[in-house]
Amino acid sequence: MTALTALLVRDMRLAVRVGGGALIGVLFFLLVVAIIPFAIGPDLALLARIGPAILWLGALLASLLGLDRLIASDHEDGSLDLILSAHLPLELTVAVKAVAHWLTTSLPLVVATPLLGLLLNLDPTATGAVALTLAAGTPALTFIGLIGAALTVALRRGGLLLAVLILPLTIPVLIFGVAASNAAVVGPIPFGTPFTILCALTLMSVVVGPIATAAALRQGLD
Amino acid sequence: MRLKATDLACIRGGRQVFSGVNFAIQAGEALVITGPNGAGKSTLLRLLAGLLRPLAGALTFEGGDPELTLPEQAHYLGHQDALKPALSVTENLDFWVRFLGGRPPDLAATLADVGLASIAALPAAYLSAGQRRRLSIARLIAVKRPIWLLDEPTAALDVAAQAMLADLMRAHLAGGGLIIAAVHGAIGLEKAAELRLGGNR
Repeated sequence: MTALTALLVRDMRLAVRVGGGALIGVLFFLLVVAIIPFAIGPDLALLARIGPAILWLGALLASLLGLDRLIASDHEDGSLDLILSAHLPLELTVAVKAVAHWLTTSLPLVVATPLLGLLLNLDPTATGAVALTLAAGTPALTFIGLIGAALTVALRRGGLLLAVLILPLTIPVLIFGVAASNAAVVGPIPFGTPFTILCALTLMSVVVGPIATAAALRQGLD
Repeated sequence: MRLKATDLACIRGGRQVFSGVNFAIQAGEALVITGPNGAGKSTLLRLLAGLLRPLAGALTFEGGDPELTLPEQAHYLGHQDALKPALSVTENLDFWVRFLGGRPPDLAATLADVGLASIAALPAAYLSAGQRRRLSIARLIAVKRPIWLLDEPTAALDVAAQAMLADLMRAHLAGGGLIIAAVHGAIGLEKAAELRLGGNR
């Protein structure tokens, strides 16, 4: 347990220090959401209607940003070699790395959502629904992204390839995240239906992600 | 404890790096791997550390902890230092000690042993190559593991640090440990068996 706590603390420390990139994601999220009203025009009704979708798209793209460094940085400086020799299942180790990544990059997105909801003319119910769906859905994005990070670990510029690999797999999360947000505001289906599926997607990726990641890393030994 | 390799062979990038490698060492013994560049010294060490898979042959380690695999009982000191530039010297060491399963010992004393006590709070980004190497070596003494796999351990070390490393290695052997080191020059171990790679080409 000490070992996993130590890893969690280290990864979070690295993320918030110079060059860590924890705030890059939330800044990018802010930028994407802030420029969309300029492109769409001052139609408040339209903004309110597509607001949840914009927030979800912004969060999805922002969550891709730090993924290419998630495992690659440990690979480059030799840390991964030592991580493989710890008295721990690799699955647990990579899961803890993903949790640290989620806490430092995705949780700030959830926290920033109420502020950005104002920019998109969302009422408090809709903002709350988006924040709740993001809190439930972004772990799925992180854990699916973890697999991509392991697959592209040895590539110098794996970032774009990672996005290409990961984005198709995140589409179900996007669909049910936006569907649940919309259901809370306009209906007609109850909020619980898509939200439950979103939670199921998250739980599934939390299980499958670390197993697939550890398998990818072991296969890629070279 | 006894580490034995039988008929090891390894292929990397489609090229056979070595084949038919045999050795056996007991607790308290050191093995020095020598050979020209590209002979497979680092490859053999990475193979022992579980970071590569052998194409053929077998590795057996008797007398260790039956719950743990060979790589889990070995320290691998490679060319990369596994240090994070944004963390301080103490934070780097503290993380590896906890993560590799050691009880958090007196880190200050360990850093003093490798001569880094005065810069314990400095971010690792500002360390010289030799200081980074010393910090990596601190890991070996802070976490007890019976097998040391050292890849050119004296690289970048000054004369004093080389003597310090030799003392540490002697103490490790005296405590019943095993050392396998890939080297080009002398590393200060008097009674070490030698395994020469790449001599037959």
